[in-house]
Amino acid sequence: MREVVVLSGKGGTGKTSIVGSLAALAKSKVLADCDVDAADLHLLLSPSVKQENEFWSGQLACIDEEKCTQCGLCQELCRFDAIKDYMVDPVACEGCGFCSHICPEEAITMRENMSGHWFISDTKYGPLVHARLGIAQENSGKLVAQVRQQARRIAQERGLEYTISDGPPGIGCPVISSLSGASLALMVAEPTLSGIHDLERVLGVSGHFGVPATVAINKYDLNEDNTRRIEDYCKEQGIEVAAKIPFDNAVTEAIVRGVPVVEYADGRVSREIEGLWGVISRP
Amino acid sequence: MIISIASGKGGTGKTLVATSLALALKDNHKLRLLDGDVEEPNDHVFLKPDISGSEPVFIPVPRIDEARCTRCGKCAEVCAYNAIAVLGEHVLTFSELCHGCGACSYLCPEKAITEENRQTGVVEWGDADGIDFVQGKLTVGEAMAPPVIRQVKKHIDSEDIAIIDSPPGTSCPVVETIEGSDFCLLVTEPTPFGLNDLVLAVETVRQLGIACGVVLNRAGVGDDRVEEYCRQENIPILLTIPLDTEIARLYSRGITLVEGMPEWQEKFVGLFAKIKEIVDARSRSLKR
Repeated sequence: MREVVVLSGKGGTGKTSIVGSLAALAKSKVLADCDVDAADLHLLLSPSVKQENEFWSGQLACIDEEKCTQCGLCQELCRFDAIKDYMVDPVACEGCGFCSHICPEEAITMRENMSGHWFISDTKYGPLVHARLGIAQENSGKLVAQVRQQARRIAQERGLEYTISDGPPGIGCPVISSLSGASLALMVAEPTLSGIHDLERVLGVSGHFGVPATVAINKYDLNEDNTRRIEDYCKEQGIEVAAKIPFDNAVTEAIVRGVPVVEYADGRVSREIEGLWGVISRP
Repeated sequence: MIISIASGKGGTGKTLVATSLALALKDNHKLRLLDGDVEEPNDHVFLKPDISGSEPVFIPVPRIDEARCTRCGKCAEVCAYNAIAVLGEHVLTFSELCHGCGACSYLCPEKAITEENRQTGVVEWGDADGIDFVQGKLTVGEAMAPPVIRQVKKHIDSEDIAIIDSPPGTSCPVVETIEGSDFCLLVTEPTPFGLNDLVLAVETVRQLGIACGVVLNRAGVGDDRVEEYCRQENIPILLTIPLDTEIARLYSRGITLVEGMPEWQEKFVGLFAKIKEIVDARSRSLKR
């Protein structure tokens, strides 16, 4: 079983449109949406949810007002400024529990925090594991780990060849959680100066964790000089550029219709993505 | 006034809006632009600041004095992040898991734990053509953006206007960035992805009690459900930027919208006037 994760560094480069199309092209796979705080893959795959689970993770400090003598020690020691006027700010609280250990009145307890949901769904393309992090919640990395673990379990149980994950933007905790131990990171880049900057950083992360990477340049014809710069950079780094996908409004039209672009249009965009899957699935 | 720029979905144009808004206002206001997208900071690509100073971002992580340590296990017991383990005669620390809360060193009965700094990022500042510029950069391979963002925000000073560019999403780095701002500008696009993530971003902003308005970017493709949603939820659309290949090409070359198309200068000044009106009205009603 091979785990392919699609990342980009910069947001909005086309990860989800590409994963939606790979869902339609790959035969034997489970799909995973690892962008748990702004998940969009379900909008292309029309899932029917088969199983919904609560995600309990992390803790929040809770002060018993009756026991609290307002001595202020917790406020003084909390490094996250999460206690003000003897009340816990649930958004700032990191759940470290320091306050609960030092309160002389034992007035602070730590409570488990329900921070989101994860789902196993059926789609016409195969099983999909996805999730929704609660609003303003932490621990997105742990929820991503849960999504990946479930996707792997389904792939193993059903003897599927691939897990294909739609990753989050950025380079921080949920990205590392999506990436670590994967077989391949597909980086979707756009030929903009900021896109190049962000690609270099996210390739730094995949390199740091020893995950092989391949690059697809999306909307490559928006700026062909920048596309060449990406190709040169990748060549220097020994990274394959597996596809150059042209700009086409059909991609947005497919999103509006809620279908993968390869099933909506048969132009150059679709041919490039088919070629991309050919490279990824090369034995 | 602190204005944060957020979006839910990535790549909708936060950087475009933040940089052009800053440039449009810099001549008539004392202004600071802070890039809080510390995982992928991009404002510098457009504003090309002269960086004049920097400071490292540290997380204080435990260092065990083996001579004093009695292997009692208290530190491992109180660590909520499994960053310390006592295995037989050894105490192992996993500093990349440590959030720097300080519980272990404070609670060690033998005073065998001191803290040492581990660098996870950097904050830099300088001048970008009259704009006070600040950005944070998370070190590649590090997981925790919020401490870097917290340190970026310490540079908000007594300026008239602070504009802070947020990362995409709706989780802790976004909350860290936009918390405490007077207004949050949500940049979106008229597609089902843009709408889905806008709804999440609006919920986040409302939970934090921050006033918000929308910039609709790439108008002209997609559908009109974002506008419909904004009408229903009574969220003002303060600026509409059309889908225009020329705008996309300028962006690809690292050129801001107000520099590439000076006619946008006035629209961004108008955008600020609308924000100010909303913020002023809100503070009047809060006083009452």
